[in-house]
Amino acid sequence: MEDNSEPNKKSFWLDNKKNVDKIWYALILICALTVLADLFYHKHVEYSIEDIIPGMYGWYGFIGAVFLVLAAKILRKILMRSENYYNENQND
Amino acid sequence: MIELPPGLILIVGAFLVPFFHGNVRNIYMLLLPIFGIWGLLTVSNGVYFPFEIFGYNLSPVRIDRLSLLFGYIFHIAAIISLIYAFHLKDTVQQMAGLIYAGAAIGGAFAGDLITLFIYWEITAIASVFLIWSSRTEASFKAGMRYLIIQVGSGVLLLAGAIIHFHKTGSIVFDKMNLSGLGPILIFIAFGIKAAFPLLHNWLVDAYPEATVTGTVFLSAFTTKLAIYALARGFPGTEMLIWIGATMTAFPIFYAVIENNLRRVLTYSLNNQLGFMVVGIGIGTELSINGTAAHAFSHILYKAVLFMSMGAVLYRTGTIKGSELGGLYKTMPYTTGFCIVGAASASAFPLFSGFISKSLIVTAAAVEGHWFVWGVLLFASASVFYHSGIKIPYFAFFQHDSGKRPQEAPKNMLAAMGIAAFLCIAIGVYPYWLYDILPYNVDYKPYTTTHVVTQLQLLFFSALAFGWLMRTGLYPPELKSTNLDFDWSYRVFIPKILNIVANSIKIINASLESVIHKILAFVNANLSKHHGRSGILARTSSLGGSVTMIISVLAVLIIIFYFET
Repeated sequence: MEDNSEPNKKSFWLDNKKNVDKIWYALILICALTVLADLFYHKHVEYSIEDIIPGMYGWYGFIGAVFLVLAAKILRKILMRSENYYNENQND
Repeated sequence: MIELPPGLILIVGAFLVPFFHGNVRNIYMLLLPIFGIWGLLTVSNGVYFPFEIFGYNLSPVRIDRLSLLFGYIFHIAAIISLIYAFHLKDTVQQMAGLIYAGAAIGGAFAGDLITLFIYWEITAIASVFLIWSSRTEASFKAGMRYLIIQVGSGVLLLAGAIIHFHKTGSIVFDKMNLSGLGPILIFIAFGIKAAFPLLHNWLVDAYPEATVTGTVFLSAFTTKLAIYALARGFPGTEMLIWIGATMTAFPIFYAVIENNLRRVLTYSLNNQLGFMVVGIGIGTELSINGTAAHAFSHILYKAVLFMSMGAVLYRTGTIKGSELGGLYKTMPYTTGFCIVGAASASAFPLFSGFISKSLIVTAAAVEGHWFVWGVLLFASASVFYHSGIKIPYFAFFQHDSGKRPQEAPKNMLAAMGIAAFLCIAIGVYPYWLYDILPYNVDYKPYTTTHVVTQLQLLFFSALAFGWLMRTGLYPPELKSTNLDFDWSYRVFIPKILNIVANSIKIINASLESVIHKILAFVNANLSKHHGRSGILARTSSLGGSVTMIISVLAVLIIIFYFET
């Protein structure tokens, strides 16, 4: 609970929205590079599907993560209760 | 040789803590695990201090590569947790932490099931004080539920051990087949502490309620003792592959929507345990090595993550994602350590998770469990997502909450620094860890294929996060409680019991009213005939009575006369 009350005027690199955009574009670039990299070496894999699609792991990760979040968002409709749910329940 | 059973020095030493004060106490406490690990460096494999009691041949200490590995990491975790708690002036928590760590170490070296049971229960009882020490009503109740479940697990273990003994004549803790009541009970006991799906709620219920320093202790010992016990008792049990795969996938959905960041970490802890359980289930040398290595690196990076979130809670008084953000501006070191922990948890190349988790995932692929392998990959991508991105992002970045807390205390920074250093050290030079694994390692983590595919997996799930954020599809952090399986025993079963109790009340009431009516009816009739004006209660004159008796007698005489 030790909030510093004096105003913090120092500005940070991330405070600028443009810099956040830069990180975003850098991330897209890195992703593209990792997929390109697949074309330049011989993969040692257990299953042939890993070798057929360039960047298979990338697509898998992307789809997996999007599925995770959207599924969780739907789950929230079923599972979410107020913060004091359990206390309220004990009192009635 | 070995002079003292490992772990005992911490348990016995804990009782001397009240006699020291200030920094002397801190140094004294720190020396206990340092001596402990020093002792382990010189021991040789074997069984020590065997004795017989009530016909049971106990072997309290068994040293081999598997138990030593867990012994090392438990000591290291104790040292880190103690440094993190240097600022604490709470004797109860300090003693509880030491006894808890000592019991976990003792349990890892237990050579028989009875000794294991004793340490198993000590960990339960000592650790609950780390939860209760929060001194809130919520922590008291969560601690109670925790204690009941933990002690219950111990009771199952003991029952299973005794049945197993009577069937096999041996109490030695070794590989068992999952058949017969004894091993099944032991398996369930382990499963509770390892937080199998549907047996897991004590974990996400209690850990986030513990104190800032208590959660760091808790995250290291109980569940990993259970992982050790499973690896010792049930390697190669196929059911574990499926249980473990479910564990990796099931908690992560909760981790996405949970607002309490320490609870997010607990869900992610549960998910990491799943990887280890899969490794045990596969049961090959590669996969058991993977489980042991992953337990080792997991304890370290999970400690870093819990410590950084503990520091945030300590400085701001809250750990809810909806109330935090922008803390990197005033807590840069904590932010940095948290990111190291997050990168290790996500298995980034050059961090500890990469060189340990890949053993398990590779083992699953090599053994032809393609479906499980797919689940593990999905779980890996999402670990990065909720542990790697969500934790640092919502605490330290996102929108500025306006909070400007001080940097964490020096002792906390030191503890985080040591653990973060070890995460990187193991990641950069994995052979430190590989050399002490249970089996010889013939595995190279840093191949082009491994590194590139892992980077693809991670960067693309970061891309997914960024995309969902920028399009506004990402669900916001909301103050909420998300129902989990513990709802069944915290609300559903009590409600059912309430309904049963209410219906018994209603049945009782209607029965009562029926009985009342019957009684009233009987009563009315009784008073009609026997009451004041009732025919049977009337008084009459003496003469009348005599006349009546004589007439009855006369009738009798006449009857008897004709009878004879």
